[in-house]
Amino acid sequence: MIYREAGDFKTSYAKDQQTFPIAFDRWGYFITLAFAFLVVPFIINDYWINAVVLPFLIYAIAAIGLNILTGYCGQVSLGSGGFMAVGAYAAYKLMTGFPDLNIVFVIFLSGGITALVGMLFGLPSLRIKGFYLAVATLAAQFFLVWLFNKVPWFYNYSASGQISAPERSIFGYAVTGANALPAVSYLFCLCFVVILAWAARNLTRGANGRKWMAIRDMDIAAEIIGVNPLKTKLTAFGVSSFYIGIAGAMLFAVYLGAAEVGEAFGISKSFLILFMVIIGGLGSIFGSFAGAAFMVLMPVLLKNVMVGQLGWPTDLAAHFEFVIVGGLIVLFLIVEPHGLAQLWRLAKEKLRLWPFPH
Amino acid sequence: MNAIDSYITPDGRTIGAPVMEMKNITLRFGGVVAIKDISFDIREGEIRAIIGPNGAGKSSMLNVMNGFYHPQEGEVHFRGEKRGPMRPHQIAHQGIARTFQNIALFKGMSTLDNIMTGRLTHMKTGMFSQIKWWGAAQREEVENRELVEKIIDFLEIQTIRKTPVGRLPYGLQKRVELGRALAAEPKLLLLDEPMAGMNVEEKEDMSRFILDVNDEFGTTIALIEHDMGVVMDIADRVVVMDYGKKIGDGTPEEVRTNQDVIDAYLGVAHD
Ligand SMILES: Nc1ncnc2c1ncn2[C@@H]1O[C@H](COP(=O)(O)OP(=O)(O)OP(=O)(O)O)[C@@H](O)[C@H]1O
Ligand SMILES: [Mg+2]
Repeated sequence: MIYREAGDFKTSYAKDQQTFPIAFDRWGYFITLAFAFLVVPFIINDYWINAVVLPFLIYAIAAIGLNILTGYCGQVSLGSGGFMAVGAYAAYKLMTGFPDLNIVFVIFLSGGITALVGMLFGLPSLRIKGFYLAVATLAAQFFLVWLFNKVPWFYNYSASGQISAPERSIFGYAVTGANALPAVSYLFCLCFVVILAWAARNLTRGANGRKWMAIRDMDIAAEIIGVNPLKTKLTAFGVSSFYIGIAGAMLFAVYLGAAEVGEAFGISKSFLILFMVIIGGLGSIFGSFAGAAFMVLMPVLLKNVMVGQLGWPTDLAAHFEFVIVGGLIVLFLIVEPHGLAQLWRLAKEKLRLWPFPH
Repeated sequence: MNAIDSYITPDGRTIGAPVMEMKNITLRFGGVVAIKDISFDIREGEIRAIIGPNGAGKSSMLNVMNGFYHPQEGEVHFRGEKRGPMRPHQIAHQGIARTFQNIALFKGMSTLDNIMTGRLTHMKTGMFSQIKWWGAAQREEVENRELVEKIIDFLEIQTIRKTPVGRLPYGLQKRVELGRALAAEPKLLLLDEPMAGMNVEEKEDMSRFILDVNDEFGTTIALIEHDMGVVMDIADRVVVMDYGKKIGDGTPEEVRTNQDVIDAYLGVAHD
């Protein structure tokens, strides 16, 4: 009886367009934010930050990015891993080339560079669609990984072929490098996530988002109502790659600390992000979070249960994980293409009627 | 016909100078000639019908008008100017909106969002103010929402405002599509069989909406319609096409008594 919009009438169109139209949701959101900023850093242990929370935050950014391109604008991409690599290598080159540059700028600039690269690889999308576009982005994925492997300039001619993040700090606290405290890294990532999610929400709620969705739902009709298909698709590629590039830069600089391109940003990363978007829900910012949380948490939980509790060998557990993910993807594609976000919406519908089902 | 001529309709509306002139349009698809040397005009404030048997080339004509097809020969003049090669989205910005014979709504969006997309040609805030949202972008959104709500009231679809259009019955989808076109506040509105597949009641509603749009907003309308009764009721002038050729052009009365038209509809069998 608490959760509903009764007595919560919208008196203006601006109010009707709120992100969380139901007061209960709005409060839930603020409380979650306050909790994440003020409580979590003090109660969480380093294992959880490193095994779950940091990857969750960083992958959520990447998932939002891919969701903008695929979920909102309808352009399939298998190049996310490659674009993350662009962000990572851009961050590496910027950090080593300009040691005085603030890490925040480094990360935003890396996103900007990835945006340009993404738009370049998005050019074919004007001509090709669906399956063929997916293949083209797959080619981009392999090309980018090959490029970062083959051209030593990108890894500063290091003997190992790896890139590693030097220490950078803000307000005296190290956020990259070996001395970064997990709680600091966490807060650093959280700030990015909040700002980027808010920006994505704003970009998708108004005219810009409608252009993307129009192209997704029917590009011919979109053109008839005045949407320029090339420009719209390219902005989607640009914005999406911006997010994915930032995720790549953060994965490398804040989370991994050191990376080898094929291992950190290979094709499996592209699929991981795609699965997050599919399971979480295409065309939903919330879904991007849900999908990222699911894909990050599930292996940890499965491992704890299968290896920890049941005593299975690790490799069997790892294989079993593949089976579960594969099964879930198929299930979601068939039963609920809008993913966890839709299940959540349905649950809320039920809750709104509770305790009187009619 | 003199370009500055204007005329008064029997019900007292003044029809002005031509908004769009089609001059000697020929459109071919490989060997098929869909439109053969057709000329006609559409005048400010009028309801112009295009009729003809199946496959006559009516939809193709509409596609030429909004730049979807490029005719091999002939010229299109819009608001006194010859139109160069243009993409459909540029033509939309010039003020031409349309609906489709097979509904072309955005299935994943609500009624409200679909009609809001019709406002895109009027929404100009840049990407950065959209990211910021508060301020220019929100103001623009609210202003346009107000106009869209008027259209929603006008079309009597308040109750389906938030429903995804894919779930709506056919007749309502047609109405939403009309709403999306109206939202653009077009100078010329093209409707491809707005009443196809509707029952009598729905047709009456739709006829009323079309007449009201024309009357209240002064919108110039070109529409394709098969139902002769409807055409006779609402059109000011009618172009008749058959096998890509123009076989009649005039008031509904003139067209109805034209022998070529009678033959095309009754005589020679078309599949
Ligand atoms: N894109 C296309 N490619 C090839 N031929 C086409 C194309 N569009 C239309 N045609 C052909 O042009 C002719 C006219 O078609 P059009 O759709 O304009 O007819 P119509 O008058 O709208 O018919 P209907 O009443 O059935 O809608 C037909 O012979 C059709 O097959
Ligand atoms: Mg047709």
